[in-house]
Amino acid sequence: MIEGFTALYIFMLAAFTGYEVIARVPVILHTPLMSGSNFIHGIVLVGAMVALGHAGTGLERAIGFFGVLLASMNAVGGYVVTERMLDMFKSNKGGR
Amino acid sequence: MGVVIQISYFLAAALFILGLKRMSSPVTARDGIVWAGAGMLVATVVTFFWHGMSNYLLMILAIAVGSSVAWISGKRVAMTTMPQMIALYNGMGGGAAAAIAAIELLRGTNGHSGAVMGLAVIGGLIGTVSFSGSLIAFAKLQGLIKRSIVFPMQQPFNLAVLGTAVVIGALLPFQGSGGVLVFVFFALVLTFGVLMTLPIGGADMPVVISLYNALTGLAVGLEGFVLNNAAMIIAGTVVGAAGSLLTQLMARAMNRSIANVLFGAFGHAPAAASAGESGALKPIDADDAGIMMAYSSKVVVVPGYGMAVAQAQHKIWELAELLEERGVRVKFAIHPVAGRMPGHMNVLLAEAGVPYDKIYDLDEINPEFPTVDVALVIGANDVVNPVARTNPESPIYGMPILNTDQAKNVLVIKRGQGRGFSGIENALFGKDHTRMLYGDAQDMVSKLIQAVKRL
Repeated sequence: MIEGFTALYIFMLAAFTGYEVIARVPVILHTPLMSGSNFIHGIVLVGAMVALGHAGTGLERAIGFFGVLLASMNAVGGYVVTERMLDMFKSNKGGR
Repeated sequence: MGVVIQISYFLAAALFILGLKRMSSPVTARDGIVWAGAGMLVATVVTFFWHGMSNYLLMILAIAVGSSVAWISGKRVAMTTMPQMIALYNGMGGGAAAAIAAIELLRGTNGHSGAVMGLAVIGGLIGTVSFSGSLIAFAKLQGLIKRSIVFPMQQPFNLAVLGTAVVIGALLPFQGSGGVLVFVFFALVLTFGVLMTLPIGGADMPVVISLYNALTGLAVGLEGFVLNNAAMIIAGTVVGAAGSLLTQLMARAMNRSIANVLFGAFGHAPAAASAGESGALKPIDADDAGIMMAYSSKVVVVPGYGMAVAQAQHKIWELAELLEERGVRVKFAIHPVAGRMPGHMNVLLAEAGVPYDKIYDLDEINPEFPTVDVALVIGANDVVNPVARTNPESPIYGMPILNTDQAKNVLVIKRGQGRGFSGIENALFGKDHTRMLYGDAQDMVSKLIQAVKRL
């Protein structure tokens, strides 16, 4: 279980990690990177699954279904689009 | 099983960070997405074994439908429409985060502290704005909404909608359970997302999409706290931070603050800011233009959104190769915000097979323009408009531009005589050394290729 200050520390460290990882990225990768990070927040799928899994009423089930549907589109669509984009960089060798 | 789930989430979080790290270098970028994808797969599979779950049939149905729709649309979409697809998928993520918040809020405070409920409200708000805002961004880029919609008292009105939503949101954690207020809250926030995005012009969309991407990340992280899910907290927060930085980098490339993009001038200002500045536009035919380029020693190609719309990248590379065979040095100059997304042009040129070392960014190429014989501007407008340097009245004043006006000759391929996306008159087009080639970028470049071949 993650509670109180531990959660805050995780939040802080994760925020710095995200910042540092991106800090020196070349412009040519901005779009693929945005697309890639768009894929990564598709992890919301696991949360939506848990929410639907514990839904009791019909209304909760409906919202949960909607959530899982949207989240899986985020994850799968984000992956497919990013992969296609990065595929194009494959044939070019090296940088400048 | 709980331990296995936790270990898997830990692994997934690590894979996400490593994947993102690899995606930030051209050499390793391709593996990066595969690593992150592996993390996602592991996390999703183990989640089926979370304790006390039911509704498996609905869950599998939703995943099957969502995945196949996204898979097919993602595979089919043309590279040129990537920006709006990213906006769309991003909106879906925001919507999912909002759905989680809605369920938690409807269920009420059972077992949760007030602070956790507060986080659910904030995450729900951010996710919902990202959802409806991204959908509007998608509709605008896809051409479903053609105009920037502006009405009097717009900003006070938007603010009032948001303010009401925040007040209601603040009441939600104190409710025993759910109720009508939850729906009112989400309806208001949905409306706010729409209202906030409608007035933003197409030229600013890259920044807005990136911002919504960061917001979705943040919303996912916040809902991760509510669900006590470390994978969501870490992945969401990392994306929130990385996305915020990307958004800043983009806004800075346009020399504007994020606040200025969101609430700023593009919707209102272009009124006659540069009236009378431009001289007559001088057309040229493709044969003459082809000769001009074939006999120069240095040509710089400046692509913009018009190239993307016309799918002209392959033809342009063909033309460049042809010129190089004749001993002309050809370079490509890319403005950081050319197209509808930073790096949009790079992706398209990479698709056409243009090698990295021929592509230059703003700082690298600008000092060279005085020695350039021909600057070929293809479907770019605002990013080459010299009023950004000269006219303090102009809404784009101060934005760094590609100084194509300093080249010895400028050729502009343009669809018609209209203005650019920002609605500002382009002073470059009226210059004495500028010649206009009117037509679809792809047709026009084909004609140029013919002209060069005939020599």
